[in-house]
Amino acid sequence: MGIADMTAVELSAAVRAGQITAVQAVEEILTCIEERDALYNCYVTVDREGALAQAKEVQAKIEAGHLTGPLAGVPVAVKDNLCTKGLRTTCASRMLGNFVPTYTAEAVTNLRKAGAVILGKTNMDEFAMGSTTETSAYGVTRNPWNREHVPGGSSGGSAAAVAAGECICALGSDTGGSIRQPAAFCGTVGMKPTYGTVSRYGLIAYGSSLDQIGPLTKDVRDCAAVLEAIASHDVKDSTSLQRQDTDFMSALTEDVQGMRIGIPDDYLGEGLDEDVRAAVLKAAEELAGRGAVVERFDLSLVEYAIPAYYTIAAAEASSNLERFDGIKYGYRTGNDAGLHSMYRKSRAEGFGEEVKRRIMLGSFVLSSGYYDAYYLKALQVKALIKKAFDEAFAKYDVILGPVAPTTAPKLGESLADPLKMYLGDIYTIAVNLAGLPGISLPCGKDRKGLPIGLQLIGDCFQEKKLIRAAYTYERSRGPFGTAGGAGHGTAADERAQADAGSFRTSGEGQVSQCGMLWQGGKSGRPVSEQSTEGTDRTNRTGGIPS
Amino acid sequence: MANIISDETIAYVGVLAQLELSEEEREQARSDMSRMLAYIDKMGELDTTGVEPMSHVFPVQNVFREDVVTNEDMREQILLNAPEERDGMFVAPRTFE
Repeated sequence: MGIADMTAVELSAAVRAGQITAVQAVEEILTCIEERDALYNCYVTVDREGALAQAKEVQAKIEAGHLTGPLAGVPVAVKDNLCTKGLRTTCASRMLGNFVPTYTAEAVTNLRKAGAVILGKTNMDEFAMGSTTETSAYGVTRNPWNREHVPGGSSGGSAAAVAAGECICALGSDTGGSIRQPAAFCGTVGMKPTYGTVSRYGLIAYGSSLDQIGPLTKDVRDCAAVLEAIASHDVKDSTSLQRQDTDFMSALTEDVQGMRIGIPDDYLGEGLDEDVRAAVLKAAEELAGRGAVVERFDLSLVEYAIPAYYTIAAAEASSNLERFDGIKYGYRTGNDAGLHSMYRKSRAEGFGEEVKRRIMLGSFVLSSGYYDAYYLKALQVKALIKKAFDEAFAKYDVILGPVAPTTAPKLGESLADPLKMYLGDIYTIAVNLAGLPGISLPCGKDRKGLPIGLQLIGDCFQEKKLIRAAYTYERSRGPFGTAGGAGHGTAADERAQADAGSFRTSGEGQVSQCGMLWQGGKSGRPVSEQSTEGTDRTNRTGGIPS
Repeated sequence: MANIISDETIAYVGVLAQLELSEEEREQARSDMSRMLAYIDKMGELDTTGVEPMSHVFPVQNVFREDVVTNEDMREQILLNAPEERDGMFVAPRTFE
């Protein structure tokens, strides 16, 4: 198996056992990034030197016995709205094009303490506002399963990087589904923890009462490992919670016997793609077959979640983004005629269309005369939605449903109609309003071969139940395959197995392991020379006998 | 309720949002916002009489800590991000003539 195809837990075990070094692992993934990122544009910034320096440090600590955890020596990617000291952090905005933070986000610090190596910063929707990673000022990210399709968003760069083998795992942030939805579109696992579980210190704020950082990984075990590493109480974030039960890896057991699982009728209703519906129901059957008690029920108020969400998120965004004034940091217009004109011009030129749209909507719903009718009303609706979930969790351990109504849309299809794009968040958004944890994991592919995501939602603090259910389902489902490996049970997998155990690193005159697997042949033909017609990855592995 | 978006309203929102909008952008903003508000108005269907607005999911009140400086002096690094800087200070455009 190539390093790029390994999970974090597998890779770290190999590094700790001395089979490969952290430096070799990082070099290998950096090679993958060089070979593939021209195709997908997962990264805004790659920190080659920094990553190699970190890897050397980590390797020394592993050898000295100071790093023994499941992320030691693992190359990870970080969404570009998490501050990294000394490393440019853009939020995918022109506004922060040259911003170099003087401090590091707590979640990133926690990852580094666990021995992970930060490779660079991933692309996203500008200021995390969007569901496709198309509103980035640094170009769109493409879906590794099919380059004509979006990777989802806003953490699209992180999800695509995991799917493309351009990192082993990644951090994202989720305000209304921004981890779970791109995870679903890219065939990866993504989790939004209970609000307050991961410190938001150093996360550039969008909707502060909704934002939460979480993992994007290849499987549920890695998801638990990353969450365990990043969860911490932090005095620098006043909404940070003190939790004792953050040993999430202990929940990796195959056991859903007697677990009560509810499927909201409204999550299977109008607008849901047939393939998605079938895959999600099949996953529910799978869990029932493992001893879970699965029922349909009526979770009320589903249709009110989007209006409440966009009111609250826009209001908080308009307030949070007031700080961008062109004075202390960030973009300043070249033609400033005075202080106030400079503010207005800098912001008009520095922010993209979707960001301005939300700032204006937010300013409006907070303005006197409309505050009660919109903002306050939305906070009341939020209270009712939370109550509906409380009632549901009195009956069920876990709520099951789709992540999104469809699989990944084609590039360019969503931006033309913002409202339609917002409606795609219908199954993920209520989770943020109610502060709940939710996990997304692959449960099938549609007729076009695009991944479908299964969403499991838990009551506050019930991440372990989610991990248990997700892990059980994942084991029952079997390997999902990767975007590059053309699915499980193929020649690519057989070759990967034959190669397992022989770790090679890239170097002069040597074809890297990841390159070979990726290209689907041993010809050593650079990815850039391959035809990009027939963007389905399986079509490009022409050299493999099937 | 979409008719509330008058020229004056859009101009006012531009002031609140501190955004300079071109004529085209103003028109686009008006149409986008009217559509969005017409949709958001759906919340009006719900009777929320007596419902306490929920800004936070958990009953976390103010969290206090001692105001102790823990970071080092980072003035120089911080000023590196400033669009304009002089003698260790941020430079802003002239405010008064």
